[in-house]
Amino acid sequence: MSDHHTDLLIVGAGPAGMAAAVTARRHGLSVRVVDDQSAPGGQIWRAIETVAATPRLARLGEAYRAGVDRAAAFRACGALYEPQSQLWQIEPGFRAFLTRDGRARSVTAEAIILATGAQERPVPFPGWTLPGVLTVGAAQILLKTADSVPDKPVWIAGCGPLPLLYMTQLLAAGGRIAGFLDTTPRGRVGAALRHLPQGLGRFGDLVKGLSWSLALKRAGFPIIRHVAELRAEGDGRLESLHYRTQDGREGDVAAEVLLVHEGVVPNIHAPLALGCAVKWDAGQHCQVPALDRWGETSQANVFVAGDGAGIGGAEAAEPRGRLAALRVATKLGKLRDDAAEAAARPERATLSRALALRPFLDALYAPRPQVFAPADETLVCRCEEVTAGELRTRAAQGRPGPNQLKAFTRAGMGPCQGRQCGYTMAHIVAAVQNRPVEEVGFYRIRPPLKPVTLGELASLDEQEPAA
Amino acid sequence: MSIEAFDVAVVGGGLHGLSAALHLARAGRRVVVIERRWTGRHASGATAAGVRTLNRDIAEVPISLEAMAMWHRIAEIVGDDCGFHARGQVNVAERDEHMPALLQREAKMRALGHSHEELVDAKELRRLVPALSPHCVGALVARRDGAADPHRTILAFRRACEAEGVVIAEGCGVEAVDRQGPDWLLACGDRRFRAPVVVNAAGAWAARLAALFGDDIALGVRASMMIVTERLAPLLDPVVSVVGRALSFKQSDQGTLVIGGGLQGAADLDRESSTVNFSELAKGARASSDLFPAVHGVRIARCWTGIEAQTRDRLPVIGASPNAPGLFHAFGFSGHGFQLVPVVGSILAELVVEGHTRREIAAFAPQRLMQERAAA
Repeated sequence: MSDHHTDLLIVGAGPAGMAAAVTARRHGLSVRVVDDQSAPGGQIWRAIETVAATPRLARLGEAYRAGVDRAAAFRACGALYEPQSQLWQIEPGFRAFLTRDGRARSVTAEAIILATGAQERPVPFPGWTLPGVLTVGAAQILLKTADSVPDKPVWIAGCGPLPLLYMTQLLAAGGRIAGFLDTTPRGRVGAALRHLPQGLGRFGDLVKGLSWSLALKRAGFPIIRHVAELRAEGDGRLESLHYRTQDGREGDVAAEVLLVHEGVVPNIHAPLALGCAVKWDAGQHCQVPALDRWGETSQANVFVAGDGAGIGGAEAAEPRGRLAALRVATKLGKLRDDAAEAAARPERATLSRALALRPFLDALYAPRPQVFAPADETLVCRCEEVTAGELRTRAAQGRPGPNQLKAFTRAGMGPCQGRQCGYTMAHIVAAVQNRPVEEVGFYRIRPPLKPVTLGELASLDEQEPAA
Repeated sequence: MSIEAFDVAVVGGGLHGLSAALHLARAGRRVVVIERRWTGRHASGATAAGVRTLNRDIAEVPISLEAMAMWHRIAEIVGDDCGFHARGQVNVAERDEHMPALLQREAKMRALGHSHEELVDAKELRRLVPALSPHCVGALVARRDGAADPHRTILAFRRACEAEGVVIAEGCGVEAVDRQGPDWLLACGDRRFRAPVVVNAAGAWAARLAALFGDDIALGVRASMMIVTERLAPLLDPVVSVVGRALSFKQSDQGTLVIGGGLQGAADLDRESSTVNFSELAKGARASSDLFPAVHGVRIARCWTGIEAQTRDRLPVIGASPNAPGLFHAFGFSGHGFQLVPVVGSILAELVVEGHTRREIAAFAPQRLMQERAAA
């Protein structure tokens, strides 16, 4: 292993990345793990090593505590670990560009595992860009890393397991909840129940979810069900909320902090930039990379593991990471095919158990239709300040696709590269042009994958040997 | 299968194709623009949109000056100002030894009777571009030059075309060409077009199109890379380039910095795609932060490449085919075609309608690249 070259480059040190690294090292591969956080753990086990020594560990729950051993095993595995590093471009072959401490450089590898996880699904509604409106995920990061609890009571709006988990954690940490606007539509439990038989093996998780709900009910804050529409109002920052439920009940409440969450979607920018084929996952309402049974994409030696492969949670991420690492070991001649198959069998069994409850959760917490059809005045592209109405008007002129619409309106041209507006744009185009959303596609991804400064890029010119 | 009949078929829905179509339609011709993807898909949508007469090849100067006059009244031509601002172009000398070349260039232009390029000293340069690093010693300046907004320009030319009745056929790639009486028959998937006159404005793919008509034209390809940053407070007015380095640096109306200058990525004509080479692009970032120290910490929002044709002598191909009757070429602008868009369309309309042009285009004759090929 030279300074710039390893057999395997793993992007992301969450459950999938760490598991892949440990497995790859066990089979003799040289491994580099690049991650933008300052310590291993990813989102679910963020700051696990520092929290492990504090009373916070108990408050954050059992699933969080499981990260202690994983991080220790990863630290000991012998992978070259580069924290606080932003990976912003991968060229075929593979050469990856990263920035650490204000300096850019490039590294090479024979194979890549993208374990870059998920992002929260953007939820555009009038006023969602006001200061004071945040996501539940962002609030949870503050809770894990800084033990930070908002000093004002918070309103939570959304659906899915994360708001329930966060509210439980927040109450345990001494925070206050003003109220919960549950956006799960009416009748979802019934629709989800038909997926339950295959999820019964995950009885423990169901009980856990139920116990969260009961604890929250006991806490006594208002819970408003079936909220369909939401509007944040205020002069320069959030002051009040207006909501309307499916059956027409409306309300106005004073609010200083609103946390929203409508599920998570895979980070697909890196695979898209590498030209990997993606497909539409109708159950999860998002694009996922097209993968073989090892997690290899349509581009040889590019793998995706973890939630980036489709939302499955940490317990699915780990076997996915190990499967990808096994296949890399085989492809690089470190492991025989039959040995890899044998090692893969228990991993696939674990994976299928971990995913058993997923169809039930996907059906129960599918985003309400309003998420994809914001009112005309709603900002869809926050970077370039493009409204839903503007996109609708343009989408109706001819039959433009995402990239033409981007050229016409500038939506998706900002630093977030369409991470905030891509899916909303696609649904608006689909609705206006009366075609299925999976057919609309996404913006063409331009590098860099993460913002890098001119000075950082210039530093690359100073170091590159004049080859 | 029904055949759609026109007076002129323009192949290529980039800016040069649209400009030709616009001028031809205004001359009374029924025109179709045949575009494989969508208007402005490649070079026109990826350009830095510099509107520059400064440092043009001597052969291009007359048409470039005429084009500049058109840019100054572009709203009258296409109904929108295309985001064009005449804030000048400045070619900076970083060191004393760069000045003689600029001095010679200015003298040469004056000898030819042109006064649009002007030498300025360090003090005037500082006045024009206060954000520039103080080590720069002087510059050559064209004050009436500037830059436009490429997407607004595409939209404006397209709308002007549609207002004149031009049919824009997107998603139509020319696959085969046939002769039918006095007409060319163009097969594009399940559509057929017929016209006695064809304009080849197919950009990077123009030599492939020319070959379908029997013209064998030597043509290379460029994949110029661009950087766009996050938005900044106003930093500079003119477009800045620098002697001896690949850099073109300007600020857009939105406040983003747009950095180009011809650093090359990789182009793949068959896949119609191109890729950024960051080891190479780092030179542009380096030149930017050397010349404008304040931008060191500015974040890059996105980078891209555009595919475009390049000729051996870096001059465009404009003129009638020597072999195929009714075929006219307009491509090979080699990285500096944006400014010429309004005038080249007008030249093509003249060639088609009158059979000749009053403009000086001898240096752009397709024959020069065909003869080279034959001799090779």
